[in-house]
Amino acid sequence: MPQAFRSVLFGDTPAPAGLDSRPEPAFFHDLNLDQVTESVTVALGDYQLKPFFYAPLDDPDAVRYRHEVFRDLDGTAVAERVTAFAAGMRRMRQHLATAQQLHHPLQQQRWFLEAVAAYCDATARLARDLDGTAVTSRGLREFRAYLAGYVRSDGFTSLAAENAELLRELSGIRYCLHIKGNRIRVRRYDAEDDYGREVLAVFEKFRQAAVKDYRIRFHAHQDMNHVEADVLRLVAKLYPDVFAAVASYCDARRGYLDDVIARFDREVQFYLGYLAYIRPIRAAGLEFCYPAVSARSRHVHASATFDLALAAKLADDGAPVVTNDFRLDGAERILVVTGPNQGGKTTLARTFGQLHHLARLGCPVPGRDAALFLCDEVFTHFEKEEDLATLSGKLRDDLVRFRGILDRATARSVIVMNEIFTSTTLDDALFLGQEMLEKIIGIGALGVCVTFLDELATLDAACVSMVATVAADNPAERTYQVVRKPADGLAYAIAIAAKYGLTYDQLRGRVRS
Amino acid sequence: MKAYLMHADRDFDAGQEFPPGVEALASDLELNTLLNAMADGDEFLRDVASTALVCGVTDPETITYRQQVLRDCLAQPAVVRDIYEIAVRAILAEKRIWWGLMAKDPEPILRRSAQVLQLFVTALKVLRRVTDTHAGEFGSPGFRRFFAMIAEELSDDYFGIVDSHLKRLKFAGGVLVSAGLGEGNAGTGYVLRTPRDRRRGLAEVIGVGNRSAYTITISDRDEAGHAALSDLHGRGINHVANALAQSVDHILSFFRLLRTELAFYIGALNAHGRLADLGEPACFPVPVPQAEAALQATGLYDPCLALAAETAVVGNDVDTDGRPLVIITGANQGGKSTFLRSVGLAQLMMQSGMFVAATALRASVGPGVFTHYKREEDATMTSGKLDEELARMSDITGHITPGSLLLCNESFASTNEREGSQIAREIVRALLGARIRVFFVTHLHDLARGFYADPTSHALFLRAQRQPDGRRTFRLAEGEPLPTSHGQDVYQEVFGGP
Repeated sequence: MPQAFRSVLFGDTPAPAGLDSRPEPAFFHDLNLDQVTESVTVALGDYQLKPFFYAPLDDPDAVRYRHEVFRDLDGTAVAERVTAFAAGMRRMRQHLATAQQLHHPLQQQRWFLEAVAAYCDATARLARDLDGTAVTSRGLREFRAYLAGYVRSDGFTSLAAENAELLRELSGIRYCLHIKGNRIRVRRYDAEDDYGREVLAVFEKFRQAAVKDYRIRFHAHQDMNHVEADVLRLVAKLYPDVFAAVASYCDARRGYLDDVIARFDREVQFYLGYLAYIRPIRAAGLEFCYPAVSARSRHVHASATFDLALAAKLADDGAPVVTNDFRLDGAERILVVTGPNQGGKTTLARTFGQLHHLARLGCPVPGRDAALFLCDEVFTHFEKEEDLATLSGKLRDDLVRFRGILDRATARSVIVMNEIFTSTTLDDALFLGQEMLEKIIGIGALGVCVTFLDELATLDAACVSMVATVAADNPAERTYQVVRKPADGLAYAIAIAAKYGLTYDQLRGRVRS
Repeated sequence: MKAYLMHADRDFDAGQEFPPGVEALASDLELNTLLNAMADGDEFLRDVASTALVCGVTDPETITYRQQVLRDCLAQPAVVRDIYEIAVRAILAEKRIWWGLMAKDPEPILRRSAQVLQLFVTALKVLRRVTDTHAGEFGSPGFRRFFAMIAEELSDDYFGIVDSHLKRLKFAGGVLVSAGLGEGNAGTGYVLRTPRDRRRGLAEVIGVGNRSAYTITISDRDEAGHAALSDLHGRGINHVANALAQSVDHILSFFRLLRTELAFYIGALNAHGRLADLGEPACFPVPVPQAEAALQATGLYDPCLALAAETAVVGNDVDTDGRPLVIITGANQGGKSTFLRSVGLAQLMMQSGMFVAATALRASVGPGVFTHYKREEDATMTSGKLDEELARMSDITGHITPGSLLLCNESFASTNEREGSQIAREIVRALLGARIRVFFVTHLHDLARGFYADPTSHALFLRAQRQPDGRRTFRLAEGEPLPTSHGQDVYQEVFGGP
């Protein structure tokens, strides 16, 4: 018996109940994680991978289990082999689907043979490939052991050997058609010469450079017309033994597919899909790391980190990506981000949220290195796009949503707030902002708060002030650098004055007294 | 079969990329005038001539090879024009045969190809007759190889084989096709077969012979069945139809190559005739290796000036004696620009394999000819002019390679003399260091004088002459640069004087 194996995503733990019917989490859209998930899975539609991105892990060891598998697959050797296996399995499914669409049994049987061939090929090859490859993860080591036993089993070896023999016999068949008028005679081929070659040889002496291909592309209709079907029927009569053997194989081998291998085929795509998604971002010079993930320590940090969805887009456009650092030490819990508009504040807030969700999926995260908290939930509060006619209605709506978050958030949650209360008066905004922030601090959750209110940055020892900066010599130019420093709403005004030589010092120097 | 009249061992590439800077080169040398004379109204001749001229060859052997072919052409113009016409007519005839509706059926492709082949065979037979009659009158290696090839490849036996295939391709006895089982057991790998022998072929036709054979008969009313049958037939002949159509293309491209390569010589014949009518000399130049940096000419003239003015023009004698820098100074309208053009044109014509416009010429080959001329247009934008000149020079220096020829005409005159001279001096020094040959027409006295005073510069100084009475001879002679040019004289000549 092959060694037992369950899942390359969840190890021995059963997958969460109702995994495949999970809806997209509420915060996905605000953090642009819906874009990330869409991009990762778009080319991998048939695997139904999205639910895996919706289902976080709650055990640091389960996160490490995935980190290990990621590290094994995060190099060309293992990934190429698994990708080749996946391609074989995809071919198998295509062949089965084709067989199902067809009506002629002689055709269905051939496609079934091809499907089994693709399966045997892919499986045996993966077993062989993994055998000679260094894998260190628990997930892949245990799967490899299972696979090695499986491909040695009698069931598998006979499945493959009989299949190969039948295909060899079928492809060895040659027959001749003599077409004249409305008659076709079908018989075995008798080594007659190729007339096309003769014609080419006659005119060979005129051969110049490569010329156009005049062959008509005859579409290989998968469904045969009745003349082709008749021809095939007669060919079967010319070779009766071969076709009888094929029919009995197809009947006997219906349930050939192994459950563990089928499940691995799907689950491993979670890893490959994510790695493929971040590859161009890495190629653009950005780094990813395996974060230290803790269920206890709230001392989180990340260096040279960035918004994953934005980086994917910029890397695609060949545009540069600005990275930032963040850190929460001691009693610090909340990053309060201020600075000019379009300066990268929201991007930093999203980054903070994304990193915490990616961490609990067991994925490598944007950044040179990172330590992250294994949170129980991510909440976001972004200004809603629809602008209601009455401000009071909108303010109310904002507060209702806040209430919903505060009711559910725990000391283990991450909360991301973006530009709240912008449409109310300054006094109201300040009052409400302080209230909300104090409540979050009271709960003990981690979070980011993007705001135009400098005062929030110094509200409490739990708050850390971060400021989006502008270029010193040209205040109109955003650097997208968000750095840890005291909030100072006047910095931008002073910089723009300097450009026109109107700072105090400049004016003292220029204006003669 | 290859024409090989431009190269001893390869086809002439009529579609090759022009070298960088070719637009400026063509306009500065007034190449159009020469091309028009070569084309004699034929756009095709013009295209080939321009490619041959601006994409010259750099090895003296190929130049000599073409010169020998051209000598044959000059001796036997009627025969050469005849062969050219055979190629042109074959190409035209092919164009006139309609393709039919391009359905998804190889049958029309097969029929059309057989029809065109029939025409081509006729043209090839004519070519053979010309060969049989005139081959002995040609002496160049290029033509001797060509005629020998025709005689050998296009024998009567060969024509017999081709005729029999053209007959057989009508498939009077049906088609025999082999196949295997491909995807989903559908037929695949259809190959048209030659029945083993006549008796077996006959057995196929009348349906006796091998006992393990089965027959399908499509009933007259079964339309889908007939479509399927014709589909099978099409798959069967697909490969042969393709083979035949490609053979047509190959023979067509042989005719095209022949036409293209002859087009250069027809163009040369045309230009030669025009110059001869004007009483102008033409000679086959002696190409020498790049390293000599040689230009030795007598009676070197500007053929474009002669062709445009329709009169014989003044030629110059020059011998650079290996000096890489030639600085030309002297009177306005004294023949400096004309001389510069004659140098550039002679270089291009020599490297194309043509005759040159001189009574004798010996020159080094080189990888390229570049021109940097003062641009007359947008004279008002004075501030941008130097930028523009520098940008063009920067372009040139990005492309020029050792052994190339750079012709400068009043470069950097768009700024004051000191600045212009300094810029030009730096550039010229750098280019000479890179073993580039420079011919520089200039009024920048500071520049010319600087090189003259520098014994290490190895420059040749030519000066536009004027006679004691002030008249121009349009001849250049060696002479040191003089501080003034003769604008006043021109003024006098144009506006008259006391």
